[in-house]
Amino acid sequence: MKRFIRVGALGVAALLALGACSGGAAAPSDELGVITVPAGDPIHIAYWGVLSGADSTLGEDSKRGVEIAIDDKDGKLLDHDISLTQEDGLCTPEGGATAAQKLAADTTIVGLIGSACSDETVGGIKALTDAGLTTISPSNTRPALTAEDRDATYAGYLRTAHSDAFQGKAVAEWAFNEKGVKKAATIHDGSAYAEALQQVFADEFTALGGEIVAQEAVSKGQTDMSPALTTIAAAQPELLYFPVFVAEGGFIAQQALETPGLESVIRIGSDGMFTPDFVTAAGAGAEGMFLSSPNFSAFQEGYASFLEKHQAKYGEAPVSAFHAHAYDATNMLFDAIEKVAVKNSDGSLFIPKKALRDAIFATKDFQGLTGVLSCSPTGDCGAPLIAVYEITAREAGGEWPPEAPIWPTE
Amino acid sequence: MATNAAQAPSGRLIERVTELAIQAFLWAFRIVVVLIVVVGSILTLAQGRYSAAVWVDLAITGAALGSIYALVALGYTMVYGILRMINFAHGEVFMAGMFAGYFTAVALNNMGVLNANPLASIVSIVVMILVAAALSTVVSLIVERIAYRPLRNAPRLVPLISAIGASFVLQYTFRGFFGPGVYAYPPITILDGKAPIPFIDIQWAEVLVIGSAIAMMIGLYLFVMRSKTGTAIRAVSEDQSAAALMGIDVNRTIVTTFAIGAALAGAAGVLYAQLFHQFNYFVGFFPGLKAFTAAVLGGIGNIPGAMLGGLFLGEIEMIGPVLFLTGLGVPAANQLKDVIAFTMLVLVLVFRPQGLLGERVTRNRA
Amino acid sequence: MTSDAVATAPLETGTEAVPSIIAWRDVIRIGLIGAAIAIYLCLVGIVPVFHERQLIAGVITLGQVALFGSMALPGAFAARKASTLRDALLTGAVAGLITGLAVTLLVVVGSVVDLRVMFLNASPELYSMLTMGMGTAGAWIPAVEGLLLGALAAGVGQLPDRIRSPLVRGLLAVLVVGLFAGLLRAPLLSAGLGSLSAVLFTSDGLTVVGAVLVFSVVVLGRVVRQRVAVGERIAALPDERRQQLRIPAIAGLVAIVLILPLLLGPFFAQVIALVALYILMAFGLNITLGLAGLLDLGFVAFFAVGAYTVGLFTSTAEYGLLDIPFWLAVPFAMLFAAIFGAILGLPILSIRGDYLAIATLGFGEIIRLLAGSNLLLPLLGGPRGIINIPKPFEVPSTSFFSGPGQIYYIALAFAVVVAFVAWRLRNGRIGRAWIAIREDEDVAEAVGINLIQTKLLAYVLGAAFAGLGGAVFAGLVGSIFPSSINLFVSINVAAIVIVGGMGSIPGVALGALFLIGIPELFREFADYRFLFYGMALIGMMLYRPEGIWPSGIARRELHVEDESQVILAGDTTPITRGGMS
Repeated sequence: MKRFIRVGALGVAALLALGACSGGAAAPSDELGVITVPAGDPIHIAYWGVLSGADSTLGEDSKRGVEIAIDDKDGKLLDHDISLTQEDGLCTPEGGATAAQKLAADTTIVGLIGSACSDETVGGIKALTDAGLTTISPSNTRPALTAEDRDATYAGYLRTAHSDAFQGKAVAEWAFNEKGVKKAATIHDGSAYAEALQQVFADEFTALGGEIVAQEAVSKGQTDMSPALTTIAAAQPELLYFPVFVAEGGFIAQQALETPGLESVIRIGSDGMFTPDFVTAAGAGAEGMFLSSPNFSAFQEGYASFLEKHQAKYGEAPVSAFHAHAYDATNMLFDAIEKVAVKNSDGSLFIPKKALRDAIFATKDFQGLTGVLSCSPTGDCGAPLIAVYEITAREAGGEWPPEAPIWPTE
Repeated sequence: MATNAAQAPSGRLIERVTELAIQAFLWAFRIVVVLIVVVGSILTLAQGRYSAAVWVDLAITGAALGSIYALVALGYTMVYGILRMINFAHGEVFMAGMFAGYFTAVALNNMGVLNANPLASIVSIVVMILVAAALSTVVSLIVERIAYRPLRNAPRLVPLISAIGASFVLQYTFRGFFGPGVYAYPPITILDGKAPIPFIDIQWAEVLVIGSAIAMMIGLYLFVMRSKTGTAIRAVSEDQSAAALMGIDVNRTIVTTFAIGAALAGAAGVLYAQLFHQFNYFVGFFPGLKAFTAAVLGGIGNIPGAMLGGLFLGEIEMIGPVLFLTGLGVPAANQLKDVIAFTMLVLVLVFRPQGLLGERVTRNRA
Repeated sequence: MTSDAVATAPLETGTEAVPSIIAWRDVIRIGLIGAAIAIYLCLVGIVPVFHERQLIAGVITLGQVALFGSMALPGAFAARKASTLRDALLTGAVAGLITGLAVTLLVVVGSVVDLRVMFLNASPELYSMLTMGMGTAGAWIPAVEGLLLGALAAGVGQLPDRIRSPLVRGLLAVLVVGLFAGLLRAPLLSAGLGSLSAVLFTSDGLTVVGAVLVFSVVVLGRVVRQRVAVGERIAALPDERRQQLRIPAIAGLVAIVLILPLLLGPFFAQVIALVALYILMAFGLNITLGLAGLLDLGFVAFFAVGAYTVGLFTSTAEYGLLDIPFWLAVPFAMLFAAIFGAILGLPILSIRGDYLAIATLGFGEIIRLLAGSNLLLPLLGGPRGIINIPKPFEVPSTSFFSGPGQIYYIALAFAVVVAFVAWRLRNGRIGRAWIAIREDEDVAEAVGINLIQTKLLAYVLGAAFAGLGGAVFAGLVGSIFPSSINLFVSINVAAIVIVGGMGSIPGVALGALFLIGIPELFREFADYRFLFYGMALIGMMLYRPEGIWPSGIARRELHVEDESQVILAGDTTPITRGGMS
């Protein structure tokens, strides 16, 4: 018995001695600390966001964008492998908090992509910022996350998704200035995304001088939209904005045409429906629909090859609308790492955390799939180029994506 | 044990007062709910915002949705009748049917059969329903064999938890197989557009759903009432040991019950997809809960009750929020359709604790 | 993972093994079950997805462990009745071969037909992994693996227990340590023991040295324990000596529980804070369900009332009303939850059994929908939620107690209070009345128990404690959104009570640890952890229906039932009617 203990103690001592000898060059100083990536170890990044339950497509979609970005680098950065950890945030604040706590405790993690749902960020961002980490969300759209008055816990937070504030505003401007609409109505589906978008739209539209005549809501999984549509028809709007997701959006698009009083209303949705699935779901109602979305037109070739890689890797088309944002976010992170990492002669890397965070915030004119990205001091990196597309007979016939936006015109 | 004799007279008085307060509250509850329903309906109708066509349209959609709830509810109610257990995984069996029907539809579409001509389309739909029913049956029987059969003599909460576990396993198994993405059935052209029925705005898809649901329910009713197996099922659900003494193979009867319920749920899955077009691995959960609610509404263990409960729930969900709430000025009343549905459930249970058609359920069986 | 599934197929039917006559039908059946499991593991994605995760770097991945496990276990099972080594090896090899052949068949079929149009995981990576990179030409590889592993497992099964037991435990320990390598490595790194961690772990798994070390430590420990026979010595002690040992054991346990979060760092603190929160709520439901037998599946309704009360009363942001400290809001949270409990409970408490379950489940949904609705948006914020809920104790953010740490202690303290209340009530008049109602309502009524009032008290108490749980939750997360108010909170709490052991306080605590803590540790396996969660629920109910740590009464009840099963095979009327009647 005693012999075992003695042998064990000797072993531990030997291990410790071994560790003491293998020190490298002096690390640069950084107020948030420095991550050391030993030679032969991978650069560790993480994705956090919902991967289970009813909202899992949102997180899975973005995670695949991250994985394809890694594949495009052949899994290597600065001669180190890239390793990816994923954490499920359950689309709830407490899930986000737990995921973030776990990632924050892992001292090898360099940077993060996520979260998927804005609720997750609200719960988790403090743990990440406190740990000196920086995360870029591909799909959070809640305006408050990058508002001017956001508190210090958001210092480590950026996003490539468009704040609802941009998109709702752009749609309001298009409706009022371009289409000359004076009376508009909105529908949301109870999700934070849709609710915020339609509210921003309503506020901006009113500020421009228009009138919001009805703000209705439907619930997820609803198929018969006629009660909501009939109520809206009674208020006689010229435009109907329903920034919801594919399934409900399809039903609304279709049934609005069949509702007396709404036959000729201008129907517009947002990027949550900007997928070929929407055309399938809306059927005969797809043609003549408008959709707002980031302007993909300049980068179609890159996007087409992204879609090919996605099909080959996962055996299916993208499952939601934020994969391109995730791809861009990942590449932004990689660029920043390349900029700030200090290479040592023994092959190890030093990555100062504050410098990395600053480098990501300093991203300027980054060419991504979703546009040219530049980050604002409050973390908005999404190209503020919101475009409006029209679904014409071509797209209704199965071609995707639309060739060019109808607004803004050059 | 506590007895009345052990209590002081003042305790009795307090108890009496509390009892009165409780009764007063219960009556207040009933009156408030009925008032909301009546006043809301009158106000809504008085405002005249919705035309008769809208009400008919809602009623038809409600009937289509209700038929699907009813088909799924049958599985819950039959299993409950025979084993007194809530088969929480039944919603997932329904989801399995949707996947099976989908892959059949895609295969038929690739062969060019699905939309070749109206007859081929009808045959295709029948094939889809049969394949879905078959796969759902297989899934349900595997679950029964592994997760329920060993627990038949356990206290009743034990199979409930096992069923919840089975529900998780099935959901995430299908997610593992087919991914989290949303699947959409290939369109069937004969189901597009409206049926030529005068004055009524009804889609062909709704005709299909309501028609086949009614056919299946009548078939099931005749089967349970007339056939030998049906008699065995009824006998076992009345009294298992007596049935066993009469020479009925209890085990086989239970398996048959699971199989019938699952086949109906699988068929309902295909029908559901004709209404909603899209589904993914998580789609079974909430309709499953609704269907169980429908079974309870109708009087659990009672087959016609499940049918009635399903239809009632479908109609309440579609018509209820508009009729009761819009007149009261509730914003976006539609969001509250499940609130209405569950409140109705509570109301029905308060007035008729045994459900709509639940006379047969005696106290010690509920 | 696989052992659950294999073991769920009871194998006691079939012919009794007569010496040197092999029951081939059984062997083939086991092989086929193994085959189904192996194909399932491949197509559901466990094999290919977990192949990316190293167990022992460069030697074996988690995916391979799953695959090889599904081949070896049928071998071990098939051979367990064999009387000679030759029979064992033969049956094990055949069962393993059948499993392996099925995988071979998968590879062959997959090379002819594109299975991927259906099964997303039937990817080229899967085939390449199964055939060690040889493609269709290597289709024979899984069959041979099956043959060898089946025989090997059968052979191990024939070893004397003295050798087999340390061996199996050693392998399991390597598996567990490898599985949680990331978690174990992080504290080593942050404690400045980077060099030690480098010897034991790579970035995602054990090193060869680490694996050998873990294996040898466990094997040695096992051998030493066998020699010293600690367990037998304690069992052999006289009763009073054992009683004396129990006090330091409990004191030690309490000390561990109190200092645990300090040792483990913020992530574990968050996890065990959640566990403590669920313990608190499960103790509350234990009164409603465990004592009074009311199956409440709408626990989340009162949780929501508590959380929103604290949110509205304390938040400094939009929708906050009073901006009072957390501690002043807590009594209101409990009070409002209790009032809601009374209002919702009264109409339904005359309903029995499963009707009550579905009605309460409806309440949970009603509250969730109302919280997110336009109707209450001006009051509760709808999907915008209520943010900036202050922590119960304001401490500098650098302190350990700034975050989940303080919540852990608060939740634990409340849990102790709830447990104490439950224990006092249980042994009083009202507790006996509850138990009487649980056992038989009609009899309880006949002896003069007022059913509605007694049930209402249980329901309202449960609701008040759910509200307390909601209040603590709001303090933990610092915000409240409708997305947190979901059915799974109710299901989780009910599952904890039943899996832990109805009416048993240590059982419920263990249940929370098992159902909330362990899945959190498997977080990185994303969606698969719910698969394992479901399997664990089924497995628990199959093998320990009375719960992890049942209360004395439940244990006795189940024993009575076991006998009844033998006597009345086919009769499903339980003799004791625990729970829902």
